[in-house]
Amino acid sequence: MKPSQSLTAVAMSGGLDSSVAAWLLAERGEAVVGLSMLLWDHSGERVHGRCCSSLDLGDAKRVAAQAGIPHYTLKMDEEFRQHVVDPFVRDYLGGRTPSPCVRCNTFVKFDLLQERAARLGATKVATGHYARILEGPDGPQLHTAIDLEKDQSYYLFELTRDQLAGASFPLGEMTKPEVREIARRAGLVVAEKGESMEVCFVASGVREFVEGQIAEHPGRYGETPSDAAAEVRTAKGEKLGKGDPYYRYTVGQRRGLGVPSSKRLYVLEVLPEENAVVVGDEADLLAPGLAGERLHWIGAPPGAGEAVEVTVKIRSRHPGVAALVRPQTGDTARRVEIDFAEPQRGVTPGQAAVFYRGTQVLGGCWITGRL
Amino acid sequence: MRGSYFDHNATTPLDPEVREAMLPWLGGDGGSSGRWGNPSSVHRFGQAAREAVEGAREKVAELIDCRTPEEIVFVASGTEANNAVVASLLAECAPGDRLVASALEHPSILAAAQAGGPRAGVEIALVPPDADGVVSAERMAGAALPGTRLAALMLANNELGTLQPVAALAAALRERGVPVLCDAVQAVGKIAVSVQALGVDYLTLAGHKFHGPLGAAALWIRGGAAFSPLLVGGAQERRRRASTVNVPAVVGFGVACAVAGRDLAERVAHLTRLRDRFEAGLAAIPGARVHCVSAPRLPHTSHVAFPGLVGQELMIRLDLAGFAVSTGAACGSGTVQASPTLQAMGMPYEEATASLRVSFGLPNTEAEVDALLPALAEAVAALRMPATRVAT
Repeated sequence: MKPSQSLTAVAMSGGLDSSVAAWLLAERGEAVVGLSMLLWDHSGERVHGRCCSSLDLGDAKRVAAQAGIPHYTLKMDEEFRQHVVDPFVRDYLGGRTPSPCVRCNTFVKFDLLQERAARLGATKVATGHYARILEGPDGPQLHTAIDLEKDQSYYLFELTRDQLAGASFPLGEMTKPEVREIARRAGLVVAEKGESMEVCFVASGVREFVEGQIAEHPGRYGETPSDAAAEVRTAKGEKLGKGDPYYRYTVGQRRGLGVPSSKRLYVLEVLPEENAVVVGDEADLLAPGLAGERLHWIGAPPGAGEAVEVTVKIRSRHPGVAALVRPQTGDTARRVEIDFAEPQRGVTPGQAAVFYRGTQVLGGCWITGRL
Repeated sequence: MRGSYFDHNATTPLDPEVREAMLPWLGGDGGSSGRWGNPSSVHRFGQAAREAVEGAREKVAELIDCRTPEEIVFVASGTEANNAVVASLLAECAPGDRLVASALEHPSILAAAQAGGPRAGVEIALVPPDADGVVSAERMAGAALPGTRLAALMLANNELGTLQPVAALAAALRERGVPVLCDAVQAVGKIAVSVQALGVDYLTLAGHKFHGPLGAAALWIRGGAAFSPLLVGGAQERRRRASTVNVPAVVGFGVACAVAGRDLAERVAHLTRLRDRFEAGLAAIPGARVHCVSAPRLPHTSHVAFPGLVGQELMIRLDLAGFAVSTGAACGSGTVQASPTLQAMGMPYEEATASLRVSFGLPNTEAEVDALLPALAEAVAALRMPATRVAT
């Protein structure tokens, strides 16, 4: 590498997408270095297709060699635990349903990896995300991928303009079949690899994982939560019986409520302090809006007291709904209220609400409850 | 792969003279000379191979000054040789026996002892080095209490390059009947090694550390010393190591030994010149500190701390700039883990994780050293700057 040439670091998980991203940049003749983050110790689990398993790190190394670029593994497991795994467990214990992939992007792949890459001399970090960075009048903007089936812009809403300026998403203009075709034509060892859809660090069930973490790290998550059966009741206070401990429930859940009922019931609310779960009809799931916190704008925030019209997605696969974002002023928790144009079901505390205008991601917030 | 290679303690490039000798055994003559037989075969193809292996054995024996070539067992790696000795002696132990090793030993000794020892009821005693990376022979002999069945002390440490008082330890233990295993993998080919002068019972060496091929190494066993094989099921190597002998690698190994013996003085002078030039040049890098300078050292290994940065990041930056070195610390966690060797020396964590190992080799030139120094200075300066975000 000539010192004058600017260096791009590619975050390589060993999966298809980041492998093709690395390959494309290398093919363009850019100076590229592959970096894999060792985030979680999967030893003891025989898994392939999750990032950080030794098999996947091995795939990343092989793809780097095929692309003719150097590759290094950075051990970042302590940071991953601190920023992603612990909050994940705490969210469940707080009666919320977490979105760990957003936190991983915000804190690990961009905050920390961009810093580590800069220390190694890189001026940009590329990833295999399906999203686009477009230059706007006030700096870089985040937009959805061309392939809306694969679009991952939702998971990137907490990035800053500075981070976008130092990022590159080589797959944003491509479809998944095109990406796989490139891998096949290049003969990459990962060309036929499947998708990893689940939370990467959870090997079996979420419940087993959360309970395993609490057992493994006594005291780490505060007082050990009661594993007593939660009281299941209706919004009117009608007691239906005892179910599982509260943290095993998520809002919108229908199956496995653990109490007998003649009609279909859905979880409306999880109440950790009372070890209780509120259930009701499907119609009760509909909410006219949501309350959120940690409001984030990628670009300049709106003026004080100003409401903003957006399309909001309240979970990653949500189609989106027109909404009015009303930031609550003078609030350090950066609280916000959002009114939907029409009621939505499944407003779930712990999930991210992400604001779009057309293809552009304006920002978002973390859902605390319904309005 | 372009760039300068300064990691000769990991492995070394093949000497062209060695390669020439190996080629006929790799079909380099088109097979016309029939040099591809199994040395255990009775026919003439086998006889030719056997003769080549025995010739190599003589060359290895000569390099380490053993009384007879039959004391040499060819193995695949230094790790195998070390594992075999530890396993063999552990098998002879009774519960309550003891095995003593320096804390500097290679994992192929420590892991074998720590895995097998407890199972056999054998206590493993580790003797730490002093702050200059040298284990005291007196302390080590003192740790060899009655019931000690083996003492392991390496001749030269792979990370620090420090030489250990193996002869003094062996002398102290001889009358007590405690056998000594000397891992000389990093020393052979770099300094003169004589098993007679050392007075040890087992010694291991590996050809690829001094420009021989990968996959050929040797275990020397003093005549009469106890040994039971790790690999069984064949009469090869006088029943001390079953397996078809890797003839091409062993032939190359033999030649590497012969060349090392012939050229040793010249090599030592070249390597010392490079190392001293490098270490003198480090004066221009603020804070750079060479470890163990007051101890006897190998001629080609520098272990240097650059306080205030992470050695792994420095290593990567140098690699990207075209200079291959290694860290004295294994990649650990959020930051980095200090290597057990450096921890055993009592080196502070910040210093241990801010260290690099630079090991010179025969192909290196003074011009390469002169290019490495400014690259190192630049990388150190960049890493000492306050953490910056990717440019906006």
